[in-house]
Amino acid sequence: MIKLSNIEKVYQTSNIETLALNNINIDIKKGEFVSIMGPSGCGKSTLLNIMGLLDEPSTGTIAIDNKPVEKFTDKDLAYLRNQKIGFIFQSFHLINDLSILDNVEIPLLYRASTNKSRREAAKEALEKVGLSNRMKHFPNQLSGGQKQRVAIARAIVGNPEIILADEPTGNLDSAMGNEILNILLQLNAAGSTIVMVTHDENMAKKTHRLIRLFDGTQVS
Amino acid sequence: MLFNYIKIAWKVLLRHPFYTFITLFGITLTLTVLMVITSFIDHLVGSHYPEYKRDRSLYIMNIALRDSARTSMNGGPVSYNFIKEHLKTLKTPEKVGFSTMINSANSYLNGRRIKVSTKYCDATFWEVADYEFLEGKPFNEQNIANGEHVVVITDAMKKQYFEDETASAIGKSIEVDNEKFKVIGVVKSAPVTRIMTFSDVFFPYNLPKSNYQSKGLQGNFTAIILAKNKSDFKAIQDEFDASVGRIPLPIMNWGNRYDIIDIKAQTYTDTFLNGLLREGQEIFLYVGIFFILMMLMGLPAINLVNLNVSRIMERASEIGIRKAFGAPSSSLAWQFIIENIFITMIGGSFALILTFIIISIFNDSGLILHADLSINFSVFGVSLLVCLIFGLLSGVVPALRMSKMKVIDALKSS
Repeated sequence: MIKLSNIEKVYQTSNIETLALNNINIDIKKGEFVSIMGPSGCGKSTLLNIMGLLDEPSTGTIAIDNKPVEKFTDKDLAYLRNQKIGFIFQSFHLINDLSILDNVEIPLLYRASTNKSRREAAKEALEKVGLSNRMKHFPNQLSGGQKQRVAIARAIVGNPEIILADEPTGNLDSAMGNEILNILLQLNAAGSTIVMVTHDENMAKKTHRLIRLFDGTQVS
Repeated sequence: MLFNYIKIAWKVLLRHPFYTFITLFGITLTLTVLMVITSFIDHLVGSHYPEYKRDRSLYIMNIALRDSARTSMNGGPVSYNFIKEHLKTLKTPEKVGFSTMINSANSYLNGRRIKVSTKYCDATFWEVADYEFLEGKPFNEQNIANGEHVVVITDAMKKQYFEDETASAIGKSIEVDNEKFKVIGVVKSAPVTRIMTFSDVFFPYNLPKSNYQSKGLQGNFTAIILAKNKSDFKAIQDEFDASVGRIPLPIMNWGNRYDIIDIKAQTYTDTFLNGLLREGQEIFLYVGIFFILMMLMGLPAINLVNLNVSRIMERASEIGIRKAFGAPSSSLAWQFIIENIFITMIGGSFALILTFIIISIFNDSGLILHADLSINFSVFGVSLLVCLIFGLLSGVVPALRMSKMKVIDALKSS
């Protein structure tokens, strides 16, 4: 489903070069739930961003569904992100000026869809995460856990095959974190491929496979 | 999608009321100035009372006699004789009406001097100009042939001259330059800027004071050639040029020799511009217009671009989120352009209201006698176009900058 080969990511500032990822080779199979762990600053989020086509590697190749993406245009990449991938961010990244329903609709705005079908799909996604009673609220009226559930609804509204979650429980207490993990497990059980960055060993244990990073290198 | 963009634009406006006020103030002020200028230009050259048929009229305002080296020039309105021989004989037009330029005369009422504008005109003048008769009727060929001392006055003149302005003025007499005339018609006043048709008092052209019998090509008359339709202009101009081409040259006038006759049947706009500019000076006009537009639209647009660009970072998170969920750069560019056009349209609406107020005050001020500046369909259309151009001008650069942001950079900056 997602294949990373010989990935390197180098950040260049005026005279310092930082190797954020070094020779990463990962193959995520369809239907897998993979967690990525490692100490802070080891490159977990960078790896997830590269997998999700939000960032480009310095060297190496990424293939989604066996198709290398390095020659894809901005439009092609946008299409792939829209159709195949759903993101869940640690800091939620909701648009505060839009209602919960409008936030969840965002991925569908860039597809050929009618206003009515978008509304229906967004409502359905919010029902799945138990927030159908908050549709007309705005993000700043919700708790952290509720915001993350909105972010999950937004990630799944377009039925993407891949869900990439960057520390989805990092900003939540343990009860709320477990609730979010349960939603992700249910999505995986329903067929979604999930890659999750986490600091929590217990959560990682509940996934199919664990990838450990240390100083940008894959150690397991 | 469009509704979503507009919703966001509205929220962005509400987010920072002070910034919104500054932006809208700038846009409103710029567009108001442009709308007032457009309205003023429309007032000057558009088809308005009593010249509703300007779009199918050609004007004869000036004849210039020049020597062969074009070093000296003798110019001015044409003579009655010229009109009779070279305009009234034209076959292609529907009608040719003529009148003198605006003259002034004195009228006295109860020892009080009233300064009035006068015009001498033919019967067809009333057909090429669409004066609204509030009372009576215009003088006709018979009145003129009989040499009757009849006159058409404006409602403003009636109000000034007759004490009882509610009673009919028809049949009453007025005295202008110590001669008495019988009022046979009262028309609604026209603005003083319609120089080919404006007057307070209209006399038949053949009254002695019009000097209509003066010899030569030059005199005190102007003419309006009414075409059957606009497409006849070329044929009328050709016929007129051919007629003028038959005038024997050289012409001796007050001891000077003239070998060239410059006279054109032109649209009102060309006649108006020719009155302001000499031949070959058009380039200055276009450069001037470009400069003024640049100052009025370009600079505020650049300023708005700067403001918008500097606020991109504030929207970076939103850009990042939209890109992460599949928005292509082009969609985001359009989003920002539409938002900008939306804001400009709000500014445009304020500007329209402000323009309406300014125009009303101007019309009532009397700065231009009987001014009828208005926001008509064409002024509104131009204003709308200006709003769109302004919105595009100030929105494109920030939109491109925003849309080219890398997703991860946009997300990280929030």
